[in-house]
Amino acid sequence: MITYIKLAWRNLWRNKKRTFISAASVFFAVILSLIMRSMQKGYYDYMIDSSVRLYTGHIQVHGKDFWEKRSLEESMYYDEALIQRLKENKNIFEIIPRLETYSLISFGKVSKVVQVNGISPEVENNITRLKEKIVEGSYLEDNSEGILIAEGLSKLIGVDIGDSVVLYGQGLHGITAAAVVPVIGIVKFAIPDQNKSFTYLSLRYSQELFSAYDRITSLSILLNDADKIESTKSSLKNYFDDSHEIMDWAELSPELVQSIQIDNASGIIMLGILYVVIAFGIFGTIVMMTAERIKEFGILISIGMKKRKLALVTTLETIFVSFIGVAAGALISIPILLYLEKHPIPLTGETADAILAWGFDPIIPFAFYPGMYFAQMWTVLAIAFVSALYPINFIRKLKPSTALRG
Amino acid sequence: MKLIELTEVSKIYDETIVPVRAVDNVNLQIDKGEFTAIVGPSGSGKTTLLNLIGGLDKPTAGKIFVDGTDISTYKEDELINFRLHHIGFVFQAYNLIPVFTAKENVEFIMLLQNISRDEREKRAIDFLDAVGLKDRINNFPTELSGGQQQRVAVARALASTPSFVLADEPTANLDSVSAESLLDLMEELNFKHNMTFIFSTHDEKVIRRAHRIIQLRDGKIEKDITSKSNYPINS
Repeated sequence: MITYIKLAWRNLWRNKKRTFISAASVFFAVILSLIMRSMQKGYYDYMIDSSVRLYTGHIQVHGKDFWEKRSLEESMYYDEALIQRLKENKNIFEIIPRLETYSLISFGKVSKVVQVNGISPEVENNITRLKEKIVEGSYLEDNSEGILIAEGLSKLIGVDIGDSVVLYGQGLHGITAAAVVPVIGIVKFAIPDQNKSFTYLSLRYSQELFSAYDRITSLSILLNDADKIESTKSSLKNYFDDSHEIMDWAELSPELVQSIQIDNASGIIMLGILYVVIAFGIFGTIVMMTAERIKEFGILISIGMKKRKLALVTTLETIFVSFIGVAAGALISIPILLYLEKHPIPLTGETADAILAWGFDPIIPFAFYPGMYFAQMWTVLAIAFVSALYPINFIRKLKPSTALRG
Repeated sequence: MKLIELTEVSKIYDETIVPVRAVDNVNLQIDKGEFTAIVGPSGSGKTTLLNLIGGLDKPTAGKIFVDGTDISTYKEDELINFRLHHIGFVFQAYNLIPVFTAKENVEFIMLLQNISRDEREKRAIDFLDAVGLKDRINNFPTELSGGQQQRVAVARALASTPSFVLADEPTANLDSVSAESLLDLMEELNFKHNMTFIFSTHDEKVIRRAHRIIQLRDGKIEKDITSKSNYPINS
C-alpha cells in the first residue's frame, strides 16, 4: 500500500503547476465557503441570542393556555423556592419572571392600550440591559411604585418624568386594576412597536395592581449551552405539572426559525455553486491527468498491474489533490475566522441605521465551530470520490493493446 | 523445448467500416531460448502478433499456448496475472514509471508479484547490476539516457522471472551506440541464461542479430528464416 501511496503522491508532483492550480481552486472555494458559513451561522446565532435575551429566553414556562390567550387567568404561581431548585441545573444561566398584561393608560385627554410588563428589575436588567435603554429619569427597583414608559409612547400621550399616568385595566378574576402611577423613567427601544406600547412596573407592584399576588405569566429561562435545549426542556418537565407549558425559542418565535431557514436555503444554494466550482477544478485535473497518461496506464496494465490497483492509485491522486486544498483552506481559515469571531465587521450608514431600528447591533457577526470544517471536508472529499469515478471507469474500459498506442 | 504455439490464429478488427484482418490464420511455434525478430512493413501485423503472444489482445480465432496453457480463453484478470508471472515487456518508449527511481521501477513488478520487501530490494540491485546500472539505482528515468532507461526496462522485465521477454521496437528511440549496447545485453542474457527474446522491429541492428526472423506481410507469415549458427550454445 505504501508503494501505491508513494506512486500517487509523486504522480501528483509530475506537473507541479497543474496540481497547484487544482489545489488552489479547492483552497479558495473552501476558504470562501467557510467564511460564508461562518457569517451565516454567526448571524443566526446572533439573531437567536438577541431574540432570546430580549424576550423569549431559550425556554419559557407559562400557564398551559397563556401563549394563546395572553390572559392573566392563565398565569402561574410564582414559587421562589422552585426557582432556586431550578437554578441547580448547571445549564440554566438565568430565570426571568415576568407578569405581562394589557391595560389602558391615560394622561390628560389621551388614552392608549399598552403592554404592561411586571419585571424583577435587577434580573431583567442583567439579561436585557433595560437600564441602558433609559433615556430620561431612573430605573426601577424591587419596591418601586412608579412606571417606565417607552419613549415613543411618552410622546404619544405627552407625558414626562414626574407626571403621573392612570392605568386602568382588568386584574386577575376580572377585578378592576386602576392606579395613578408616577412616571419615573423613559426607555427607548429600537423596535418601533415596542417603543410605542411598552411599559414596565416592578413585579411586586404589578402583582398588587392586577391582584395577581404571587403570580406571574411566564418564566423565561436562559441557558449556558443552547445546544442542550432539548435535554434541559426534558428535565424541566419534572418540576412542572400539566397545567404548565414548556416551550423553546423555536416554538415561541416560529417566524425567526422560518427566516433563518429561508436564509440558510439561499446560503446552501451559494455553497452549492462553490462546490460546483470545486468539482470542476478537481474534475478538470483528473481528466487531464488521465488523458496524458493513457500509454503509461497501458504499460502498467501490460506488465501485470491489476486495473483495480491502478484505479486505487488514481483515486489516491484525486484525494491527495483535494485534501491539499481542503487542508490548506481549513488551516488558513482558522486564524481568519477566529479573528472575525472576536472582531465582527461593523456596519455604517443606512444599513447600520436599519439594523439598529430592529434592535440589533449594526455588525456582521461570525461564528467559529468545528462542525463546519467536518462538513466542508466531507463534501470536498465526496466530490473527489465522485471525480475519481472518471479515471476508474476509464481504466476499467482500457484495453492495453489500444492504450499502448497512446 | 516448445514455449509458445499459435494454431490458426487470426485477429480481425471489425470496428472499422471494412474489417481489417491484422493477423491471418497464423501457425507458429517458438522454442525456449530463441532470439527471434518479427519483422515486416508497417501494417503487416507485427505488433498485433506480439500483442496476441503477450496476452495483451485476444485472437478472433485460433489458439495460443504458452508453456502448454491456452491463454486465448483467459479472462482479463487472468491475462493480467499471466502476463505478470510469465512475460517480461520492453517497450519502445515511456517504458518506466517516471516518478520511480531505477530501483523502484524494478522493484515495482516484484511488488505486484507480492515478493517480500527485502527480496525485492536485493533482486532489484542484482538485476540493475546485471544490466550495468548499479551506480544509477537511485536515479529517476529523466536522469538516465534513453539507452540506460531501456536497460532498466530490461532489468524490470527480467525481475519478474518471466518465461520470455517481448520487446516491441526496443531500439527505435535509441542512438546506434546505445542500441548496440542494449542488444549486446539482451544477447548476453539469451546466451548465458537461455532467456527467450521476441522482438517486433524494423531495426536492421536487431534483425542482424536475431537467430530467427519471422517476416509478416498482410497478417500472414511470409518467411520464417532460422540461422542455426546464431543459436545459443546451451539451447
